Amino acid sequence: MATTAKPPKPEELSKIDYKTPKKNWIDTPVEFKPGMYCHGSRAKYLEIVGFPNPREWKPGEEDWKLPENWKEIVIEGIKERLEKYRSFRLFMDICVRCGACADKCHFYIGGGDPKNMPVLRSELLRSVYRKYFTVGGKLFGKIAGARELDLNVLKELWYYAFQCTECRRCSVFCPYGIDTAEITLMARELINLLGLNTDWIMGPVSNCYMKGNHLGLEPHTIKSSIEFFLDDIETVTGIKIEPTFNRKGAEILFVTPSGDLFADPGTYTAMGYLMLFHELGIDYTWSTYASEGGNFGFFTSNEMAKRLHYKIYAEAKRLGVKWILGGECGHMWRLIHQYLDTWHGPADFLEVPKSPITGTVFENAKSTKMIHVAEFTADLIKNGKLKLDPSRNDSLKVTWHDSCNTARGMGLLEEPRYVLRNVVNHFYEMPEDTIREKTFCCGSGTGLNAGENMELRMRGGFPRANAVKFVRDHFGVNMLANVCAIDRATLKASMEYWVPDVLVCGLHELVGNALVMTGEKERTQDLRLEPLPGKEAKE
Amino acid sequence: MKILFSFFTVVVLILLAYAGVNANMHFLFGAVIPYIAVAVFLLGFIYRVLKWGSSPVPFRIPTTCGQQKSLPWIKQNKIENPSSTLGVITRMFLEVFFFRSLFRNLKTQLYEGPRLAYGEAKWLWLAGLAFHWSFLIIFVRHFRFFMQGVPSVIKTIEGLDSFLQVGVPLLYMTDVIILGAVTYLFIRRVFIPQVNYISLAADYFPLFLIFGIAASGVLMRYFFKVHIVGVKELVMGLITFNPVEMQKMQEIGVIFYIHLFLISMLLVYFPFSKLMHMGGVFLSPTRNLANNNRMVRHINPWNYPVKVHTYEEYENEFRDKMKKAGIPVEKES
Ligand code: SF4
Ligand code: SF4
Repeated sequence: MATTAKPPKPEELSKIDYKTPKKNWIDTPVEFKPGMYCHGSRAKYLEIVGFPNPREWKPGEEDWKLPENWKEIVIEGIKERLEKYRSFRLFMDICVRCGACADKCHFYIGGGDPKNMPVLRSELLRSVYRKYFTVGGKLFGKIAGARELDLNVLKELWYYAFQCTECRRCSVFCPYGIDTAEITLMARELINLLGLNTDWIMGPVSNCYMKGNHLGLEPHTIKSSIEFFLDDIETVTGIKIEPTFNRKGAEILFVTPSGDLFADPGTYTAMGYLMLFHELGIDYTWSTYASEGGNFGFFTSNEMAKRLHYKIYAEAKRLGVKWILGGECGHMWRLIHQYLDTWHGPADFLEVPKSPITGTVFENAKSTKMIHVAEFTADLIKNGKLKLDPSRNDSLKVTWHDSCNTARGMGLLEEPRYVLRNVVNHFYEMPEDTIREKTFCCGSGTGLNAGENMELRMRGGFPRANAVKFVRDHFGVNMLANVCAIDRATLKASMEYWVPDVLVCGLHELVGNALVMTGEKERTQDLRLEPLPGKEAKE
Repeated sequence: MKILFSFFTVVVLILLAYAGVNANMHFLFGAVIPYIAVAVFLLGFIYRVLKWGSSPVPFRIPTTCGQQKSLPWIKQNKIENPSSTLGVITRMFLEVFFFRSLFRNLKTQLYEGPRLAYGEAKWLWLAGLAFHWSFLIIFVRHFRFFMQGVPSVIKTIEGLDSFLQVGVPLLYMTDVIILGAVTYLFIRRVFIPQVNYISLAADYFPLFLIFGIAASGVLMRYFFKVHIVGVKELVMGLITFNPVEMQKMQEIGVIFYIHLFLISMLLVYFPFSKLMHMGGVFLSPTRNLANNNRMVRHINPWNYPVKVHTYEEYENEFRDKMKKAGIPVEKES
């Protein structure tokens, strides 16, 4: 394995040089810096899902072991995608290089590398497009901003396609709505055609394909992980919960990212779900087959994403449920909201989601038939169906991180805030230009949350962390809440690095803490088994 | 280098027109080239738009910039996150006529601490708006040359545009604004390091060209005072496909031909360039679609079946483990 460079100290890293180099970018070859990129995928992962060119290779090495005709493959791949995606063709043509997007990308802000300005990231591919697909580029070459595709250019495309988290922040500011994420998606599709995937993405993809979830948890392990949470819940509340798995005839299928079954602090969020559903007494089931809401396939190709998300509707149909409830996750929700129905619909075997508790019919999901758990819980609270004691979260001063995907690919902004305000007493927003549609990425989305690219992640996480630091310094915030499983893993690392005294949690962890359950014992601990405020002395 | 290249290209174009007219090629510059230019522009523009249109929109991918429509008691942002056609039209209207997204622009700055701050940055928006609007108004004003009488709408626009009532002939504000705005856009491209770094010749060239067009127009109107009746006759001749005779063409000063030639070049260049953003903005799938994804299914015309890992295969692999863990199975073995 290549060297896993430890990132420099925060004081060092935050000295960012935004000076542009003297030399034209087109004449500056890419330089692979340790800590800024991921390992290449092991051959076996590609083989499992039938991807091209499986082999052992290292991105940092000269020879990428490409097929003989790799150039043709890429050019042909561009052509095919220009014909399939209007977004791609249009965005290749209409950028005026006004620069409005330039300083909106967290990777540029945190790193200063000009090729991380969204516009330049796109130009890397656009220059190739010009050379092979436009009159001006064919005739005038470099002066028209066109360049030949060679190995160096390919490496550059690769390097910067994995320094974009497809967060769409740039797209908010672009006068034509040019979404660099769309271009990165295409670049990654091209990369995929040559077997240039990264290990951290392909591992989860192949796991998810064969075992149903990114982590590769087998059915019995899923069950035992959850049983482990049940023990903790019993310790905290005195209540024994018995969820069901793969149960036919349940009314609701619950699908959530597997990350929350595995590592802190996501596990506490999973406990929150279990407690909430138990208290409501709803007729729902988990599935060990559709055990992943997230989709790392989306970070390789549209086709792979579609292959992975197949199991959600398939499982709903097999089990005969009426509708689907989805857990907290970012990219999962971009895909469920904007892709699932198009890929695998119409879901006419399901019914329009209707809350069994409040009777609310979720007309906003009348076609896809899947709702977000924050929508579900907000409706419960609004209708007074939950008994909540927010003072149990009184040791926390909470701020809210909008995940890129739910903010800019859906618009789920107020539902979680409404829930949050009802389960905590101290909630402070981060500065306006860093939240809602202008929210900053955690810095490690789209499969960049590996270990070997930690410097990249910390750089990308800098703007978000800096806004957290602001509310910590001003209001004493000590908890960063969100609705995303990736965030729970990545922000934890980013906070430890940039703002060490701030912890990270999911929304339903806070719900679980505040929820007053029927027949519970007097609570002295929160879901992390830490003493509740005011209960410390009683031990 | 890119700047000089673009600058000299425009200079060469001006010299070409000058030399051509001096060599008595009035017909070429006053009729043939303009005809070709308009034809290239129209056909090219249509071709480009059709080309974009020929690629489908497989997924509905609006960039949502506000609260979605979900529960009835949560206030939706109907414009920035539209769920209806009316909302989309409003969003597009604001985008096209007022550059809504550009209005959001911020300037990210890093201070000691480290502390990131996001300051106001509206100059680009303002200059862009000033440029495009004055271009449009000037374009509309020119219709006085394309029509028999002068329609009252145009007179009104002219009246408003010259309300300062200074100079003879009256000074049009848009003439000043467009020159100022183009100059600003040029200066920022040169002096803001990031913008300079991303700029191509294709970014400077249109600026010089448009500056040349505006400047030649200004010179013609306020300084050289070309034979205006002759100009109108020539233009009317062109649009009725009945060009005026050579002698009348010669009566008009050379500055007019320079103006006309630069416009012709702009028209020819347009469909091959980034200037096509004028048509493209209407087609942008992140802006012109409603965020009603979970309400109405979007159809992908090339949606094809993919290889999947079925539940059956899954159960076959894990049946024993599932049974042992008490998870229900479809088949016992
Ligand atoms: S904001 Fe849009 S048009 Fe301007 S440089 Fe960025 S992508 Fe290009
Ligand atoms: S999508 Fe996000 S990460 Fe990618 S270029 Fe735009 S702002 Fe940067």
